[in-house]
Formats: sequence, structure tokens, C-alpha cells
Amino acid sequence: MAKSEEKREPLLHISARAPMPWYFSVAVRLSCIIVSLLFCTLLTWLITGVDPIAFSVTVFQASFPAKAAMFGIKFWPMLRDLSILLLLALAVTPAFRMRFWNIGAEGQTLMGCLGAAACMKLLAGVIPNEWIIVCEVIAALLAGALWGLLPAIFKAHFGTNETLFTLMMNYIATQLVAFFCILWENPKGSGTIGIINQNGALRGMGWLPVIGGNKYLLTIIVAGAFTLLMYFYLYRSKQGFELSVVGESERTANYLGIKVRRVTIRTMILSGALCGLTGLLLTAGENHTLTTTLAGGRGFTAVMVSWLAKFNPFIMILASFLLVFMEKGAGDIATKFSLNKSFSEILTGIILFFIIASDFFIRYKVRFRHGAKIPEGGVSRV
Amino acid sequence: MRNETPAVRLHDISKTFGEVRANSHVDLDIYRGEILAILGENGSGKTTLMNMLSGIYFPDEGWIEVDGRPVVISSPKESFRLGIGMIHQHFKLVDVLTAAENVELGLPGKLRLQETVSRIRAICEQYGFEVDPLQKVYDMSVSEKQTVEIIKVLYRGADILILDEPTAVLTPQETEKLFRVLRSMRDDGKAIVIITHKMNEVQAISDRVAVLRKGEYIGDMRTAETTPGEMTNQMVGRQVELKIDRPEPVHPRPRVAVQGLTVRSGEGVLKLRNVSFTARSGEILGIAGIAGSGQKELLEAIAGLQQVESGRVTYLEDDGRKEELLGKDPLEIQQMGVHLSFVPEDRLGMGLVGEMDLAENMMLRTYRDGGSFFTSLKEPTRTAEQVVQELEVSTPSIHTPVRQLSGGNVQKVLVGREIVSAPKVLLTAYAVRGLDINAAYTIYGLLNQQKAKGVAVIYVGEDLDVLLQLADRILVLCDGRVSGIVEGREATKEEIGRMMTTVGGEDRPEADEAETTALAAEDQPTEEEEWEKGKKSGKEKKDKKDKKGKKDKKDKDGGKEKKHGKK
Repeated sequence: MAKSEEKREPLLHISARAPMPWYFSVAVRLSCIIVSLLFCTLLTWLITGVDPIAFSVTVFQASFPAKAAMFGIKFWPMLRDLSILLLLALAVTPAFRMRFWNIGAEGQTLMGCLGAAACMKLLAGVIPNEWIIVCEVIAALLAGALWGLLPAIFKAHFGTNETLFTLMMNYIATQLVAFFCILWENPKGSGTIGIINQNGALRGMGWLPVIGGNKYLLTIIVAGAFTLLMYFYLYRSKQGFELSVVGESERTANYLGIKVRRVTIRTMILSGALCGLTGLLLTAGENHTLTTTLAGGRGFTAVMVSWLAKFNPFIMILASFLLVFMEKGAGDIATKFSLNKSFSEILTGIILFFIIASDFFIRYKVRFRHGAKIPEGGVSRV
Repeated sequence: MRNETPAVRLHDISKTFGEVRANSHVDLDIYRGEILAILGENGSGKTTLMNMLSGIYFPDEGWIEVDGRPVVISSPKESFRLGIGMIHQHFKLVDVLTAAENVELGLPGKLRLQETVSRIRAICEQYGFEVDPLQKVYDMSVSEKQTVEIIKVLYRGADILILDEPTAVLTPQETEKLFRVLRSMRDDGKAIVIITHKMNEVQAISDRVAVLRKGEYIGDMRTAETTPGEMTNQMVGRQVELKIDRPEPVHPRPRVAVQGLTVRSGEGVLKLRNVSFTARSGEILGIAGIAGSGQKELLEAIAGLQQVESGRVTYLEDDGRKEELLGKDPLEIQQMGVHLSFVPEDRLGMGLVGEMDLAENMMLRTYRDGGSFFTSLKEPTRTAEQVVQELEVSTPSIHTPVRQLSGGNVQKVLVGREIVSAPKVLLTAYAVRGLDINAAYTIYGLLNQQKAKGVAVIYVGEDLDVLLQLADRILVLCDGRVSGIVEGREATKEEIGRMMTTVGGEDRPEADEAETTALAAEDQPTEEEEWEKGKKSGKEKKDKKDKKGKKDKKDKDGGKEKKHGKK
């Protein structure tokens, strides 16, 4: 007997899941990553004809840090990249918890770089080295904070869209940096600033000290310290509590007498200042120069890190590790199989997509249509 | 009267959301020519069950028959095809379109408005609806919007109608009108299902009552053969006393004096016009009015959350000290002991944070205490435990996000938090909104406890029967004005109903709402001017003559100024 139209049950049922134990969600996420790697292999094979088995062997080898060295991933630089990304992710997180979509970390960082570079350039030889460093810290923090403050004021008082505002502020920052690069160019005509205070009597002026003989260590320590501080700020402090209330419901915040404008502005100052600090580490700590690409898009990647970690600072360590590792790994794998850089970006994108999609399966249950239990003609009840 | 084959028959229906079993093996028959009321506590699965009929959810188990044939309702469209129409609590209308356009919206085929309009008129005539198909929805009262919703489903050929708490937003008069229409639809052979919490309405309208308890079907009764008490017992599962106490106020003293309060909304619409009253300690002051008559603005103005155009709100201490509340920020007002618990339509929007757990929600009030930079969850956890215990909040634990609780429990948490903080003035709006009878009576009890402690309680309510039983005095708002203040022990429902629609409640035949609004809008500026004058001269109370004189003078002044400007 042909099934009539009206008896067809929908093919898929999607329903909310009960909260699940942590190991289940870890399992779901892991399997999503594995599926994504398989999918990458398949795609690579179909598009480029690379031997899928050799490829997946390489991928799985590259997935273990111990073996990663053979793919050109060096431990300390990777840890440094991780720290910078982590710091930026920590910086955007308070704003995000407040549902203030700050995508201006790039610009705020560059402003920090600019502030630090200005002190290095202008104060070297004028005041003692320790004072230069103090000024640098202050200048970088202030410059970053200013870049966070402006969109916050406009949002708080005029309801301006913060996403567009912070995005646009990035361009202004980039252009400002470009301007100063030309203004301070060295040597003349090069169009770049070169290493600041590289030679002669001024050598090393305003450079942040190297700790323990490792030039990456300072950045790593700062990142570690801020992870802890940010965790306590967000989850244990009164200010952190206020900003999450503002994020959840402005009406509730108003109702409770929380001054929404003040919290918005305060949080963005914090967010911008932390970006500025990262800029300081980039300019005065490592590169000792100023270019428009110092942040290198990490201000945007940080947004992803923050989201992937669901705004939890400790999970952000894992998320930044994942992203840094993946970027390097995918790049090196692509090189090894003579695929170009764009292809490695496609692979990174696919893996990220799967990781984000895993959330759906943790939150919802998908069930296929079950067998028709409806008796023909119905049953009369007793 | 009723047709003996059920129009709809639900067999063994179960539905789970995560861990929550919303419906468990429910069997229910719905007949044509009968009005069936579905009764149940909050979270007993009434709406879920009906949503499965209207194609919003799909049952996990069980099946549905329509007219004796098993059917699969996989979408709202399918549900319409089977003649089932549901009128939801929140209207789904496009404001800028007319009634007819809204009805036509989403139907296949060409737009033939002329035809639609005449068909709507025919439907209106048949059942006694009063609505103009060419009127824009934004111009309509709540009850008219609801009528459009009903016409919408009738127009689509529905003969099984489900109404989810249709009376929650209506005045008694409008409810009576709705019931007349429902009866005439029943007599026309349609099957009607109505979900409601109000016992008197169940008795007034339904032929049969079906009771759900914790997702399970308990049984059905003929309305004529049962009593509210019996229905409640069935619903709750144990003996419940249905009586609201109203102890005499003990030593009432003026606590909050509101004088000439005028409030304009962000769009420049006058929400409150020259409102004056005094709330006393140890007394429950009820506030009645059609939804949107300024109740929200009034409470928010007192709590410091609302921009005020003119007027005064004075807090009076027992020792005669006075303190002006206007101009203070909400926090200061809170710290003075004036607490607002406003239950908005979405229940969570104000006062609670859905993603946070019970303890953190308790902390919302107290987190500022103490000089530390960090928060402490110790005290809030204790408060949460106290509220859960005293108010019988059903929650898996105090670490459950509030969003996961059922509506009634969310409200208990909100009201409980305000009460625990020992307020001096408790402002509460819609504290029992959508609550089942048992939970509602718990809340009334709590309010009475506060009253006994000498708290000045201001209670904005929707249910007049309750206001009449609970409040010592009732202030009736009509379109932002005080229509009158009556003694709760003496007033009648009819009197208050009249006062809700016309200022002062005087009989003005044919005075519909629109007219009242128009009239009010016309004479409004005058009233403002009067108040302005009053403020300037520093006196609050003046007799009419005085006002009149000043007004004339002001008019002259105004005229002079104009001339000046021209020069």
C-alpha cells in the first residue's frame, strides 16, 4: 500500500540535548577533528592527486608536537606566536563577554607598537634607559586604550555600531603607523624604519630586557600571567561580573543600577590597553622596529581564539595552540607536497569549520525518522 | 451538542526536551461543538501538547488522529491543511499592514484584497467579530489584534481552534466579548481548545476540562459537574486552599508620595499624565489598568529607571523625614529599600540573567557589598538555598542556569530575591503573570507576609478578581491617568472595568478607546502647563480657580513672547 502524503514523518529530527558529561563533549570534538582531517585528505587527493595515504600519514605525524620539529616548527618561536595570539585573545575577551564586538585588536595593537616606537625613537639619549622603558609602557597602554575608548564612547552615548567602528579604527591605525614609518625612516629613502637604536651609543635603548637569555621568555611570561589575571578578573571580580550582566541583558543591568555606559567604556579601555601592551612586546620586546604588518592579522585571529574557547582564558591557551600549530603545520605540509600557501589556508579553514560545527552536535541531538508505528486505520481506545 | 467522533484524538503522545519530559503518554480527545479547557500548572506541558497539534513540535512517541484517520503533522502548514489553527499568546502580525493584508499574508495565489475584505466581513458577521479589515494593525487595541489572529485562522478554513491563554491581555469586558464569539463558533460546530489559568474563565466558557499534571494526562471532567476546588486539586495533585487573605493594614503610614507625575516615552508619547497618589506602609496598593496604560512607566519612575518630565516622588520616613527619589540613580533608590520586581512578558528580560545560575542571580543584588575587588558566592548561595526552600522553587540545583527553569519558578526566584532583601517598599508588576494557580497563591501569600512586616507593597496586576481580593486599595489607571482610587473591600469588578476604559468610570456610551485617547491628547498640553505652573509657584496643591487664573495669565504671557519674537 502506497504511503499517503500526509503520513510522511520528517526525515530528521533535531532536538536539544540534555547537558552532557565533559568526556562526551571532548569525544565529539575529537571525532570532529578526525573527520575534518580525513575530509582534508580526501579533498587534497581529489583536487591535487597527492597520494592520500602518504598525506594522512604526514598529517598525523605533524599532529604530534614531538615530531613536529621535523616540519620546521620550532618550539620557542611557536610558543612566542602562541603567547602573542593568546594575549590578543585575552584582550578582546572582556569586550566580547559584554557583547561588544571589538574587532579592532589589530589597530589597538598597532597603536601600542606606535606608542612604544615613538618613545624608543624620541627619548633615546634624552632620559635614562629605565625611564624610557617606563614611558614606553605608559605610552603603549595609553595608545591602545585610546583606540578602545573612542568606539566605546560612541557606542555608549550614541549607540554607534561598534563592529564597524573598531574595524575602521584599524585602518586609521595602519595609516598612522605608515605615516610615522616614513617620517622616521632610516636610512633615508628606504621607506622603512629599520631596527630602532641598533648601532652606536644608542644601541639597545628602550629595548625591553631579555630574561633568562631567551628573547621570547618575557612575552611568554606576560601571556601566562595575564591568562591567570584575566580568568580572575572575568570570573571572580565585581567588574567582571558587571560586564557579563551588561552582556547578557542591558535592561537587567540598568534595572540593577549598573551603569552600562561606564562599564562599556571601562571594559574597552581595558581591552585596548591590553592590546597596546601586546604591541609594546612586539615592538620593544622582539622586533625593535615599527611596520604596518607587526600585528600581522593576529588581531583578527584572536577573535576566533576567543570564540573557540567560549571566552574561557584557560581554554584559550589550547585554542591558540591549535591555531598557531595548524597554521604552521598546514603551511609546511602544503610545502612538502608542493601545494601552494592558499591550499594550506583552505585546509585550515576546513578544520576550523569542523571544530565549530562540533558545537552543534554537542548541543543538539539529530535523529533519523523512526519506523512508522502508526497502526493503519487507527485504534479505538478502551 | 457535541459530535460523537472526536475531531482530534491524541494517542499516547510523549515529548522530551533534553532531560525534561514535557509530555508523557498523553491521550486526549477533542470534539466538535465543544469548548475544551486545558488546565495544568506551569510546565505541565499544555503548550507543548498543543504545539504538536499545530505542527511546531513533532512527538517523540505516539500518534494523532484527525476525524478518525491517523495523520502526521510535520509542519504548521500541514496543520492548517487539516483544519487546525492555533492562536498563540504572542501575536504574529505585521504592524504596518492592515487586518486584511495580514490575513492574506502567506497564502498562495494572487493578492485579491477586495475579495479578502469581503470574506473577512462575512466571517465577522457570522461570528460577531468587531474589526475593520482595512484598519492598520498598529492602530488596533490588543483585543482587536487578537480578533485578527482568530480571523486569520478561520479564513484559512480552520475548524479546530486552539487558543493559548487568550484572556491574559484582555479587560473583563473584552474577555466577555471573546467568550461570546467562542460560543458562537462552538454552536457552529467548531472544536475549540482554550488554555487558561483562570478558574472563573474555565467555568464561564468551557464544556469540558482536561487536566494535565507534570506532563501527564490526569483526566477530564464536565465543567458543569465540577468545582474550582476540585479542578485545582486535580491539577496540583493534593488538597489546596483557594483563599486569598486580606488582613487589615497595621498602622499604615504614608511611605511613598507621588505627585503630578508626568512621563513621556522615548517617542514622545505621554505615558503618565499628572499621576498622584500615596502608598502606605503595611498596605497593598493594587494598580489596575488595561495593559500599557502606564503601569510600567509608573513603577520604573519610582525605581529611578524612567526619565520623568515633571512631578515628584517623595519617600517618607516614619520620623517625618522626606527624601526626593526623582533624580537619584536606581542604585541609591535600591539602597533606600525601594525594590522593584517587574516581571516582563519574556520573564527574564529584567532583573534576572538567564545564563547565570540561581546563586549568581541572587548575587546581582548584593555583589557590591563589601570592599573587596572580588565577588563572593558564599552569601548568595545561602540566599539562593533559602529562596528555593521557602518558595518551593523546583530546580535540579542552585547551580542550574535560570533559563532552564520553568516560568513559574523563574518568577519565584525573582520575587523571592526582592523579598529576601527586606525591602521597605516592594513594587511588583505582573508577579503572577502566566503562573499557575498554586504558584500564584504562594506569591500572594508572600506579598501578604511583606504587608504584615510593614512593607508598602504596590502590586500591578492583570487579574481583577485577584486585585479585589488582595489589595487594600486599588488605583485604576486609564491611558496614563489616575481614573480613581477605590477601596479594595468595597469595589466591584464592573466598576473597575469601567474605570479602566474611561477616566473616572463615568458612563459615556459609545466612548470607545480611540475616542478617549483622542480627547485625552487634545487637552493634554493644558494639564502639563498647569503642572509647570504648579512647580514654579512651589505649591503642590491648588484649587481649580487658582489654576485657571494662572493659566490665563500664562496664555497672555505666551502671546506676548510670540510678539516679541516677531520683532
